[in-house]
Amino acid sequence: MDDAAVPELSRQFRFQWEPAQQAHVLLFPEGMIKLGGSAGEIMQRVDGKASVGAIVEALQQAFPGADLRADVVQFLEEAHAKGWIRARRTG
Amino acid sequence: MQKAGSAPGAPGSPLWLLAEVTYKCPLHCVFCYNPVDYTSYGAELSTEEWLRVLREARVLGAAQLGFSGGEPLVRDDLEIMVAEARKLGYYSNLITSGVGLNEKRIAAFREGGLDHIQLSFQDSTRELNDFLSSTRTFELKRKVAKLIKQHDFPMVLNCVLHRHNIDHVEQILEMAEAMEAEYVELANTQYYGWAYVNRDQLLPTREQVARAEEATNRFRRKVGDKMRIFFVVPDYFEERPKACMNGWAAVFLTVTADGLALPCHEARRLPGLSFPNVRDHDLGWIWRDSPGFNAYRGDAWMKEPCRSCPEKTKDFGGCRCQAFLLTGDAANADPVCSLSPDHHVVAAALQSARQPAAKPILFRDDANSRRLHG
Repeated sequence: MDDAAVPELSRQFRFQWEPAQQAHVLLFPEGMIKLGGSAGEIMQRVDGKASVGAIVEALQQAFPGADLRADVVQFLEEAHAKGWIRARRTG
Repeated sequence: MQKAGSAPGAPGSPLWLLAEVTYKCPLHCVFCYNPVDYTSYGAELSTEEWLRVLREARVLGAAQLGFSGGEPLVRDDLEIMVAEARKLGYYSNLITSGVGLNEKRIAAFREGGLDHIQLSFQDSTRELNDFLSSTRTFELKRKVAKLIKQHDFPMVLNCVLHRHNIDHVEQILEMAEAMEAEYVELANTQYYGWAYVNRDQLLPTREQVARAEEATNRFRRKVGDKMRIFFVVPDYFEERPKACMNGWAAVFLTVTADGLALPCHEARRLPGLSFPNVRDHDLGWIWRDSPGFNAYRGDAWMKEPCRSCPEKTKDFGGCRCQAFLLTGDAANADPVCSLSPDHHVVAAALQSARQPAAKPILFRDDANSRRLHG
């Protein structure tokens, strides 16, 4: 997934904050996935508008210090492989 | 917070709420899991009462919501419940036979925020579908499947399997693929309720089950990721019991049409336990403190061979309702387990089902319910 790709949530999934679990979750037919803190931060920025590059930049600003690019791209690729998100091109 | 299946006193959150909004159903399926004495129950919860149940369960942490029954579409206030569920943040599922789903209602469900629809078929052929449900519904279901896709809902196609249709697994999967179902549930009959009454006529042979699993695996290889297929194994053929409900009152909460709160949809049949009604108590107390919900939480209730079994944290001793139905004591090991001293009753049931049927198959309807109850 390169910088220009724009990830969006797959049609059958819903992403939301669950107060009872104090975690972000993905809901889908017959199931629920509880996301860890950093996965939740990344998924919060997957809105079908922001490109991978923009998501990395936004996270970099929110959490300055370490270089987050590799981790973010790796998570998005895993999420894509699991079918949680799909990618489209800009323009 | 403790994990699901932990000791009583500190339960986790219910994650699933099954709202059995009515026991009324236009179909008469021979394998229905509804209680056989459903005609003897009290009045259905009102709209307001259901909305309160949805709110209270959501506060407890329930995130997945199934509208079931009976046929939930019999309730003409389902649209109101669906819209409230979306507002509360549930991921909601309509579990339906399709009877009563028309253009107007499905548009209202879309508008209200229903997330997906589970449509049942009884078979891939009109003849068997209509015979097993004792209705002429096959063509209607095909139309409803189209309607679901036109309105862009993810569709789970569910087919309950038994002796009479398990050899059609490949055709059932082909039908699901043609209908563009995203998920298929091939649910081998679980023997409770009406299915238990009809067990001799429904149990498949071991060879049938093996062939169906092979056909399912072949189909999985063919379709890949575009359709996910769940094959719910028939537990009578297993050596270990199912992890029923993921443990008693661990993550599942059922509320019945007449307001009873249950840790599973079969539990009202267990003797010696009284389950609270949502008309009398709030769900927080029901889930955390009521004696019924704590009866088989954790493992303090277990007898041998479960108590000292290393697998008890995996399957929780199986199903309490099945233990009661087949051994007379809900605290016994589920006799599906080969370590159970009562395991022979399952073998006997399989043997008995191989004999020519001695009694006619019984359809789920009001007259038969009254007869069985009376």
